[in-house]
Amino acid sequence: MIGLNHYLILGTCLFGIGIYGVLSKRNAIAVLMSVELMLNAANINFVAVNHFIRPDQAIGQLFAIFVIVVAAAEVAVGLALILSIYRHASSTNLNDFNLMKW
Amino acid sequence: MSGMIINDLVFVAVAGFTLLSALGMVLSRNIVHSALALILTFLGVAALFFNLGAGFLGLVQILVYAGAISVLIIFAIMLVMHSEPARTNLFNTSLGTHLAGAYIAALLTLSLSLAIWFSELPQIKGKTVEDAVGMLAQLFMGNYVIAFEAAAVLLLVSVVGAIILARGAKQS
Repeated sequence: MIGLNHYLILGTCLFGIGIYGVLSKRNAIAVLMSVELMLNAANINFVAVNHFIRPDQAIGQLFAIFVIVVAAAEVAVGLALILSIYRHASSTNLNDFNLMKW
Repeated sequence: MSGMIINDLVFVAVAGFTLLSALGMVLSRNIVHSALALILTFLGVAALFFNLGAGFLGLVQILVYAGAISVLIIFAIMLVMHSEPARTNLFNTSLGTHLAGAYIAALLTLSLSLAIWFSELPQIKGKTVEDAVGMLAQLFMGNYVIAFEAAAVLLLVSVVGAIILARGAKQS
């Protein structure tokens, strides 16, 4: 019997995979893609809690839509930043972006 | 009863598909393959939304994530790819950073999963809301109208900012 626990554990696993990508990848675009994965995991949790705890309302879906809107804005600005840095440094390797290192 | 079993089987199949394509996205060494696996992950999450009775959200997920955001990511990949494709998405060269990332991710996933698994969460077996779109529209235009307008302004500002950042401002 699939319940709320299974959906929350699935969201946790997706979030963990996203954190692994963010912390261990060295391409800036791969890091941005992993962040998208983590936001999707949060969306799964919102919709699952909505479905299993307040099925007569749609607040969880509303929050998931706000998360999607913020994720779209984030990915647009993030990719523009990566393009801008690429033009400056000819690289998307995060190890090369140490301009602010002391 | 058999409907329950079919529902469970669908969940297991879709969840396994989503997790496998997410792992493929993180572990692939070619960033184009990573992006394609990411699209599969988005589609799997959309299927989970449909399974949870959130049909409108599943459609938004397919349109915005699997449609728009993935095209944006693939365009950015094509613009910045200059080495051979099979070495574009490597792990960090320092093994310490890689292992620390894996350790933190495994620790977080394990502890949170165990905490969720052993907790009794309240669950209501009620009927899902029939007219989710109408209810969402009422919430957007009612209690949450300020957040809705703020989100609109955020999207506008981010698009203008993205254009300026990507074009490169004139250094006058």
